[in-house]
Amino acid sequence: MGTPTLGHYLVLSGLLFTIGLAGVIVRRDLLIMYMCLEIMLNAANLSLVAFSRFSQQVRGQVLVFFVITVAAVEVAVGLALLVSLYRMKRTTKAEEITALKF
Amino acid sequence: MEGILFWFLALVLLGSAVAVITNRSPVASALSLVTMILALAGLFGLLGAYFLAAIQVWVYAGAVMVLFLFIIMLLDLKAEEGMPLRALGVGAGLFLVLFLGVGIWHAIPASAWEANGLRAAVSNDAASIGHLLFGAYVLPFEAVGFLLLVAMVGVIVLSKRDV
Repeated sequence: MGTPTLGHYLVLSGLLFTIGLAGVIVRRDLLIMYMCLEIMLNAANLSLVAFSRFSQQVRGQVLVFFVITVAAVEVAVGLALLVSLYRMKRTTKAEEITALKF
Repeated sequence: MEGILFWFLALVLLGSAVAVITNRSPVASALSLVTMILALAGLFGLLGAYFLAAIQVWVYAGAVMVLFLFIIMLLDLKAEEGMPLRALGVGAGLFLVLFLGVGIWHAIPASAWEANGLRAAVSNDAASIGHLLFGAYVLPFEAVGFLLLVAMVGVIVLSKRDV
């Protein structure tokens, strides 16, 4: 139970990213896939903040600020797309949306 | 103390992240995601990034999660019914996770594990982030503001039935 080092935070971030990636692959609901994308973005944020802390640079936190803003934009536009898709197809399942399938 | 807090928050973080993808009900997934985001805000606080911890709670746990729950209620999503797992799919998934995990493990340099790497946190982080945002990074900051405007217009266009 010593003081956590940079390695601890990086492993935690890697595990979190892997869980998010597994979720995007496993789940078939587009909404849950969005949530898993958020998990992956948050994992990247965690490693950025950890790097920023252990190298005494605030610039990493500025990058995290931008990532959070862009993630909020992505969620807003993505959910609007999801709603208009639901209006057309009455579904949010990824495997039932095959309009572009050859 | 910091060690105990770190392990506790890490456990909550990973547990709730797993709960997001294992819960069948979308509402339960969304609530697990809130727990994950709050645990991550706690870790940000532990790392001395108090401003980002506050932003995390406001933007993610506040705005983004309300949006998610709103859409779940609006679309009236039902719990996903189970589908039998195929051995090939499970094998491929496990291989991918192991591949990625080993890659991440090797990407971490040995110096990252030195306990003396931790020095005092940057004091007054909100002020220094503000100085950087409105100084060296003022152009990206304005670009992000414009991006928010574009997203707002885009969402209105997408949501209206006929523009």
